[in-house]
Amino acid sequence: MKSLIFQTASRYLLPLLLLFSVFILLRGHYLPGGGFVGGLMAAIAFILYSFAFGLKETRSIVKLNPRYLMPIGLAICILSAISPWLVGLPVMTGLWYDEPLQLIGMVGSALFFDIGVYLVVIGSTLTIMFSIIETI
Amino acid sequence: MIFAVISGLISAAILPIFSRFKKDLVPKLYPFIPLGIFIYLASFLQHVVSEGAQFWSYSWIPSFGINLDFRLDGLSLLFGLMITGIGALVFFYTSYYLKEDKYLDRFYGYLSMFMAAMLGLVLSDNLISLFIFWELTSISSFFLIGYKNEDDSSQKSALTALGVTGFGGLVLLAGLIWIGHVGGTFSYTELLNSSEILQNHQSYIWIVILVFVGAFTKSAQFPFHFWLPGAMKAPTPVSTYLHSATMVKAGIYLLARFTPLLGGTDIWNWTLIIVGGFTMLYAAIHSLFRTDLKSILAYSTISALGILVFLLGIGTEDALLGAGIFILTHALYKATLFLITGIIDHETGTREVTSLAGLQKIMKPVALAGYLAALSSAGVPFLLGFISKEVMYEASFHFGSWAILLTAALVITKIILFVAGFWVGIKPFTGSLPEEHKSAKMPSPLLWVPPVLLASLSLIFGALPWLLDGLMQSVFTSMLPEAPEIHLAVWHGFNWILGLSLITLAVGLVLYYTLKPSKKLIENVKTFDRIAPIQLMENIAMSFQGFAEKWTGFFQNGFLRNYVITILLFLTVLAGYRLYDGVDIHLDWNQISQITPSEFLVVILMVTSIIFALVTKTRTGVIVALGIIGLANCLFFLYYSAPDLAMTQFSIDILLVLLFMLVLFQLPKNRSFSTRKIRYRDGLLSLMFGSLIAILALEVFEAPSYSEVSDYYAENAYILAKGKNVVNVILVDFRGIDTMVETVVLVIAAIGVFSLLNLNLNPKSKD
Repeated sequence: MKSLIFQTASRYLLPLLLLFSVFILLRGHYLPGGGFVGGLMAAIAFILYSFAFGLKETRSIVKLNPRYLMPIGLAICILSAISPWLVGLPVMTGLWYDEPLQLIGMVGSALFFDIGVYLVVIGSTLTIMFSIIETI
Repeated sequence: MIFAVISGLISAAILPIFSRFKKDLVPKLYPFIPLGIFIYLASFLQHVVSEGAQFWSYSWIPSFGINLDFRLDGLSLLFGLMITGIGALVFFYTSYYLKEDKYLDRFYGYLSMFMAAMLGLVLSDNLISLFIFWELTSISSFFLIGYKNEDDSSQKSALTALGVTGFGGLVLLAGLIWIGHVGGTFSYTELLNSSEILQNHQSYIWIVILVFVGAFTKSAQFPFHFWLPGAMKAPTPVSTYLHSATMVKAGIYLLARFTPLLGGTDIWNWTLIIVGGFTMLYAAIHSLFRTDLKSILAYSTISALGILVFLLGIGTEDALLGAGIFILTHALYKATLFLITGIIDHETGTREVTSLAGLQKIMKPVALAGYLAALSSAGVPFLLGFISKEVMYEASFHFGSWAILLTAALVITKIILFVAGFWVGIKPFTGSLPEEHKSAKMPSPLLWVPPVLLASLSLIFGALPWLLDGLMQSVFTSMLPEAPEIHLAVWHGFNWILGLSLITLAVGLVLYYTLKPSKKLIENVKTFDRIAPIQLMENIAMSFQGFAEKWTGFFQNGFLRNYVITILLFLTVLAGYRLYDGVDIHLDWNQISQITPSEFLVVILMVTSIIFALVTKTRTGVIVALGIIGLANCLFFLYYSAPDLAMTQFSIDILLVLLFMLVLFQLPKNRSFSTRKIRYRDGLLSLMFGSLIAILALEVFEAPSYSEVSDYYAENAYILAKGKNVVNVILVDFRGIDTMVETVVLVIAAIGVFSLLNLNLNPKSKD
């Protein structure tokens, strides 16, 4: 879809939406949001961009093939789940830093778990969508 | 003991890795596995003979009463020695026979697996582990029969064999479970005490039938015999090992094993006599109509198995002893005949008995083995066959009022087997050597030593039968707990039995010289093929396949819309049936004033978009309308304070619209394909389904709701998990494992879509 308005808009929308998705991800623990929604939004951002500029262009701005996000995300999920076990607590016990960090807020294993979910969602959604786009 | 049993499995398991590095070593090393186990088992001979059964027990699944209990008594020792002894010879033989074969290592894997399964089968004391090993033999024989995996007829034979024996195995499982249920234990040794209970139980007859089906399928008894001739497609070592010496005798083993447990009743005895007697005659006559050496052997094997079943059916002391001796006799001479058939095939390239003669000039030791085996099969004095034949005749001759009929059947069978044995063991070697086989060579010792060894055992045991006294005594005892002492001897004095033996030999010899194998004979029996059991089974299989095709074609017709219709219709009927009892809905119209104007607006919006989606002519219109419905849903979530849900629904909706756009943009212009009738049908179905969902949703309100779980989550979200967003805390903490598994599912789905879309079934059209 080579519409000038659409192209210009999506060029600005991509970083904004990505930023927004990270914001949604981080606020999840206290306010509506979370890894799943955040991941979906990030995926939408890339798909919108690929609508405007085509798949090749989109693939070239993200060097990493979205397929690889799936194992990475899964690994983060599993690591965050078993990290309490490594320090002698039951698996999936929430571990937290005592002090909140700037911008991010409280950091704990649950946050990493959410980040894992976020990456898996982006990875699988983009994999599915990109393969569909490619076959058309 | 457990190591001896499973070492075959272990060596089969490490084979793929081992052969990658040292492929040449496989045929050199693997024959020593059965040889080692043979020696190990033979070392127990003295113990078993003097002290009776030996036991080993290994816990496996004690909670179900399933353990790896091994019992080594006379019967299992006889089988164990045959399995490993003939196994070792076959292993050595194969290393030369299939020398150039590229899958030789794989072959050894299958053989080892089979050997282990067979050993486990005969040593198992636990009925369930017996069944597991029983099925393992079927599975490994499937691989061995289908070894020439690119050959269509091999594949077919392997499938037939697996189908028949696998089916029998399942039936047997039912029988074994039933025995365990009635007897209260799966342990054979313990069950021996409750044979009275089993035999007087009302389900005794069913147990016997189930066990019989299992044994008859495995041991190729009529009408399940047809898989065995087909199984001869396997390389000759396999036929030697599985289809004459060991696997087909598993059914015999089972019957012999269960004789003290279930045997002795009329139904047991007469079923076995009739089935065994019929099989032995039927297969013996069949063998006369074949000209392929292996086919002759196949049918004579079925006939010999029939004799064994027949003997077990007679069930007297003589008969059981005869069965015990004949198991060994048959294994020795039949394995020899198979092995020399393999040699003949290997050296001359043909197995047509009509074109073979005079080979003794080239391969003397092979001919010697052939002569001995044929004579043993015929039952000539000073060979083991003579002794087993004497005992057999003794048994049938003294069997009450039916003695004459049964003895006649046995004598006729033995006469025909005499001829068949001579055709295979003597005819190819005598006479003048035809021109086309002049180029045949003397085979390697690896090929001719095993048959010569087996044949000379027939001679040694036949001439000095007291060597077998100990082993046969304990075999006898395991079939008949109060067995009398036995002394095997060649000479029994002048009596009727000797007369019958002489008649057998004389008539057999006359028949051998008058009846020549010929291809014409086989044409004559072709007309009966229509009613042969194999034909019946094929017809059943074909019609079943036809039915399955029609059934699948009707439901899985490839049209997505039909799938949806099937699913919706099924659900509607199912849930509708449940609502048939009456619907429990109460609408409180007083609450209608609580509806806010904004909610009302959203409903209007939804209804309008639905109508728009129905009437619009363009695809884009439909997609946008559907998108609006989704967004309106989001608004509802928001009104009822579920912002997380709303956000997610919102994103999903956007994705969906994008996806539709993406795909539909590429399609040609929208046209109306469906007729008016179809539209009405679909409309009706949607209405039905919609109302059903509405009714269900309203019914949910009627059910009392329990809020303890949600209260717990709400109260503890911050205390336990330091989160204020309960939904998120549930997702990442309380029910984190669920989420984790869901992400895995998501990844699997993505991989599925990715691989399906990138799947190229037609490699030629690759772009």
